[in-house]
Amino acid sequence: MTTVHEPKLTTFDDNDQKPVGHGRMLRKEDPRFLRGRGRYTDDVQLPGMLHLAILRSPFAHARILSVDISAAEASPGVKLVVTGAMLAEKGLAWMPTLSNDVQAVLATDKVRFQGQEVAFVVADDRYAARDALELIDVEYDVLDPVVDARRALEPDAPLIRDDLAGKTNNHVFDWETGDEAATAAVFASADVVVTEDIVYPRVHPAPMETCGAVADFDAIDGKLRLWSTTQAPHAHRTLYAIVAGIPEHKIQVIAPDIGGGFGNKVPIYPGYVCAIVGSILTGKPVKWMEDRSENLISTGFARDYLMRGEIAATRDGKILAIRTNVLADHGAFNGTAAPVKYPAGFFGVFTGSYDIEAAYCKMTAVYTNKAPGGVAYACSFRITEAVYLVERIVDCLAYELDMDPAELRLKNFIQPEQFPYETKTGWVYDSGNYEPTMRLAMDIAGYADLRREQAEKRARGELMGIGISFFTEAVGAGPRKDMDILGLGMADGCELRIHPTGKAVVRLSVQTQGQGHETTFAQIVAEEIGIPPADIEVVHGDTDQTPFGLGTYGSRSTPVSGAAAALVARKVRDKAQLIASAMLEVSVADLDWVKGAFQVKGDPSKSVTIQAIAMRAHGAGDLPDGVEGGLEAQICYNPSNLTYPHGAYICVVDIDPGTAQVKVRRFIAVDDCGTRINPMIIEGQVHGGLTDGVGMALMEMIAFDEDGNCLGASLMDYLIPTALEVPDWETGFTVTPSPHHPIGAKGVGESATVGSPPAIVNAVVDALKPFGVRHADMPLTPSRVWDAMRGQATPPI
Amino acid sequence: MQVPAPFEYERATSVDQAIGLMERLGSSARLVAGGHSLLPMMKLRLANFEYLIDINPLHDELGYIRVGADEVRIGALTRHRELLESAELAAAFPIFRDAERVIADPVVRNRGTLGGSLCQADPSEDLSAVCTTLDASCVIRGPGGAERVVSMAEFHVGPYETAVADGEILTEIRLPRRPGHGSAYEKVERRAGDWAVVSAGAAVWLGADGTIADARVGLAAVGPNTTGIPEISDTIKDQAPSEALYEQAGAIAARSCDPATDQRGSADYKRHLADELTRRTLRKAVERARS
Ligand SMILES: Cc1cc2nc3c(=O)[nH]c(=O)nc-3n(C[C@H](O)[C@H](O)[C@H](O)COP(=O)(O)OP(=O)(O)OC[C@H]3O[C@@H](n4cnc5c(N)ncnc54)[C@H](O)[C@@H]3O)c2cc1C
Repeated sequence: MTTVHEPKLTTFDDNDQKPVGHGRMLRKEDPRFLRGRGRYTDDVQLPGMLHLAILRSPFAHARILSVDISAAEASPGVKLVVTGAMLAEKGLAWMPTLSNDVQAVLATDKVRFQGQEVAFVVADDRYAARDALELIDVEYDVLDPVVDARRALEPDAPLIRDDLAGKTNNHVFDWETGDEAATAAVFASADVVVTEDIVYPRVHPAPMETCGAVADFDAIDGKLRLWSTTQAPHAHRTLYAIVAGIPEHKIQVIAPDIGGGFGNKVPIYPGYVCAIVGSILTGKPVKWMEDRSENLISTGFARDYLMRGEIAATRDGKILAIRTNVLADHGAFNGTAAPVKYPAGFFGVFTGSYDIEAAYCKMTAVYTNKAPGGVAYACSFRITEAVYLVERIVDCLAYELDMDPAELRLKNFIQPEQFPYETKTGWVYDSGNYEPTMRLAMDIAGYADLRREQAEKRARGELMGIGISFFTEAVGAGPRKDMDILGLGMADGCELRIHPTGKAVVRLSVQTQGQGHETTFAQIVAEEIGIPPADIEVVHGDTDQTPFGLGTYGSRSTPVSGAAAALVARKVRDKAQLIASAMLEVSVADLDWVKGAFQVKGDPSKSVTIQAIAMRAHGAGDLPDGVEGGLEAQICYNPSNLTYPHGAYICVVDIDPGTAQVKVRRFIAVDDCGTRINPMIIEGQVHGGLTDGVGMALMEMIAFDEDGNCLGASLMDYLIPTALEVPDWETGFTVTPSPHHPIGAKGVGESATVGSPPAIVNAVVDALKPFGVRHADMPLTPSRVWDAMRGQATPPI
Repeated sequence: MQVPAPFEYERATSVDQAIGLMERLGSSARLVAGGHSLLPMMKLRLANFEYLIDINPLHDELGYIRVGADEVRIGALTRHRELLESAELAAAFPIFRDAERVIADPVVRNRGTLGGSLCQADPSEDLSAVCTTLDASCVIRGPGGAERVVSMAEFHVGPYETAVADGEILTEIRLPRRPGHGSAYEKVERRAGDWAVVSAGAAVWLGADGTIADARVGLAAVGPNTTGIPEISDTIKDQAPSEALYEQAGAIAARSCDPATDQRGSADYKRHLADELTRRTLRKAVERARS
């Protein structure tokens, strides 16, 4: 394992080195986005297309007594009005969620969260459809809602899921990991035990493009074409086949350009199904695009974990054990998108980057009258929650021990020679070398100087805080022996075809929502086969054009599909070598691969380029025995393990003592995602994730009032950060390749979203140390910081 | 995309023609100026109007900043951006530029107007607080060219309610100029472009001897309307500026306002900000008056 230090900060110079392989280059997809030529779902226009609008529940919990659609049906331009009862007649009122629960497509019996789908209208245009919604008369019997997850299991709590046979309470599941008895024993004899209640509030990914679909069902050939905002087109196709009974070969799912996903576009939403039903019933293409409020109140939220964290240590700061008890709010339907054996996602990595003796987690998940979801917002299947818990509780320990939080972390890291390292909850970290990453971040920050400055400022009554977070992620789901979503294994296919003139097309199962796949995957193939990225077309997002795979989320594209792309290119290269040996009339073993050409060993003057080989593969003349014409290959890659990127983040904040406003002054992010394919794209992913982190730490929260009304239904109420709230990011990196990934790469798409919130919160809490503050929950709005300063910090829910 | 209910739309050709239309159409019609308050409400279907009368074609007539010796007159259709960029206005009343720097974002500022801000009568509206602080009067024109002039206290009759009746238009804001002036504005927001958690404006007029000849404080987001606090004026008038005086003023601000707990913050915190920001803006206003 090699670790390379790169002390240089972000370089913006020469971002376009046009590498034939890995290296900085401008994104191939950017010209179309920069010129406004991206083609999103809402840009799809088909002849005769109709528009669909959804009527949503104004109540969090209510029984539906009647739905009168007669006035809406008579409204100008209306073609179709559909209620839950009408769907029930077709057996389509309910659909499976990604967690083996069911969710209403349109409510039949009850509404279970504010914003739930009740009926839909299809009309000539968006305006007519929306106007007709106002004419649908729904009579509700309003019921008491369950808003506070802590009260969901009380005996007198209203029963939310009376649709489930035999269900008598709001319990979803219990889950545990680690060794309870061993952990209890370590805690019982530890010098120091620190306990803190830590809330990760409900937040929303709020992608710039909301969710939507255009469904076009052709009754003659029985084919359904569905353009939709999906991060997992293949998985969605299979599920539509199962739910709607349309044969899978007659379904084409197309994910066109997508304006941000962040996990919000992993689930199948009722709106997609409504659009399909609308198209089948009207015989016309039907477009549904939700508006901003609909996106915020009804689609996949994130977090909502109420965690009790406990940490046991020796007096001199050796961490011995971590224990946590979690109450998970899953909303009205369990719509978590995670591998089935992992109902809490990958929360099990809550032991973080530390070599400890024991760990245990007990979790209870409950239903509440809120929108379903739970795994979204670049969370790497709940690693955001896990990293936040461990990095916050480690800081609480540092506070109690009066120890520097950097020193405490350095003292407890898993050591490089311990990799592969199996954690006390059974995760096998593939590789890591933590101390150099931490030291580099401290160097860039000028950590000792910052602490000196802080001491001087404290003496003057100024509030400055320095926060650290060190994370290890587990990304790239996943090995098919352990991981599947509703029975679909998480392996990814990839196809590569070299055209006669030496240009190439690579077909991916994963789809980009802004991550830059059209560039990164061209570079992965270019590195292996020596064709410039500009000559490699990346095809993705269309199930008729691409091989099967599970999609882009959980930072899995590079770990899984990236490996597939590298291996398929090597397979093509192997074939090219056979052809080259015939062309050069030497044995295969006598050839050396120099990027882009095969060369006769010891005689560089004799070589053939990959382009010449491609022409020969398709040309006239004989090929070696047993070699077919053409130059192409296909594989399906099943990862043997996840990849475990890590990083060290340091945040510096200043707080105005008079107004309690937090200013993030500096943020240093050193990431180690193994082999770096396109550093510029990595930096872009990191910058975006850090900005998300500022949002979550300081301002974002989907709150509810006591009646279950969502208080974050617009971007005026649900704040997301702007350029003015973020500092100039200072990034650096180390490189610890993954030993099992063919090019040593690990995922990075979510690292910064996972790693940054604890750094920011730790910095704010550190700034408030003079007030005796050990913990304060997100979002750290000025009002909540002011409460903390007066010793009145409260949980946000 | 959020879509409004159907409405009819007409572009105004003159102030009096717009008044004529409003008179005829009554309460089913609304003027649209910058549209940055009205249109979001219509798209969310919180407000539906049958007719919109667009007064943007009247920008030549109603968009102006005239700085006179005794008075500054600003046309109701003057845009945020024009207020922000006017050096003359900043010299006469520095509070305007302070406030405009923290109102919304450039897109909103390019369209949103002074008149729309005041007529929206949102308790968090920053320009209303500015006008309250500067003791502005509002010129309202009605049918037949009849004009009346009302004070800010009379203008805002409740949250989202003004003295402008059906068939009337706010045409101009008048701000009296007096010697020895300094003013300042401060806003606490959760994020750039967000509405105020609390904001405060302060204006002072110093006498030749350096004492405070007059002072006014206006607060936003701490009550049903932006609030002027006469008790502060009464208390600090004729006093020499001092930290103790600002503290006294801050304490009065905290106790005189009536904030509510909401997503932006607790009532206690807002009260604290009323105090803190009153002290800060008074301090800065005095510094400016002196220099
Ligand atoms: C994203 C966003 C952020 C914002 N942030 C802030 C902020 O931080 N601080 C702040 O103070 N404001 C903020 N605003 C509001 C902004 O300043 C608006 O422009 C302003 O409130 C209304 O001005 P307008 O010209 O757009 O009015 P319009 O929306 O056109 O009209 C508002 C109301 O006033 C009436 N009206 C308009 N002109 C007249 C007139 N001459 N006579 C009689 N009635 C009239 C209209 O009929 C309507 O009822 C924000 C707005 C947005 C969209």
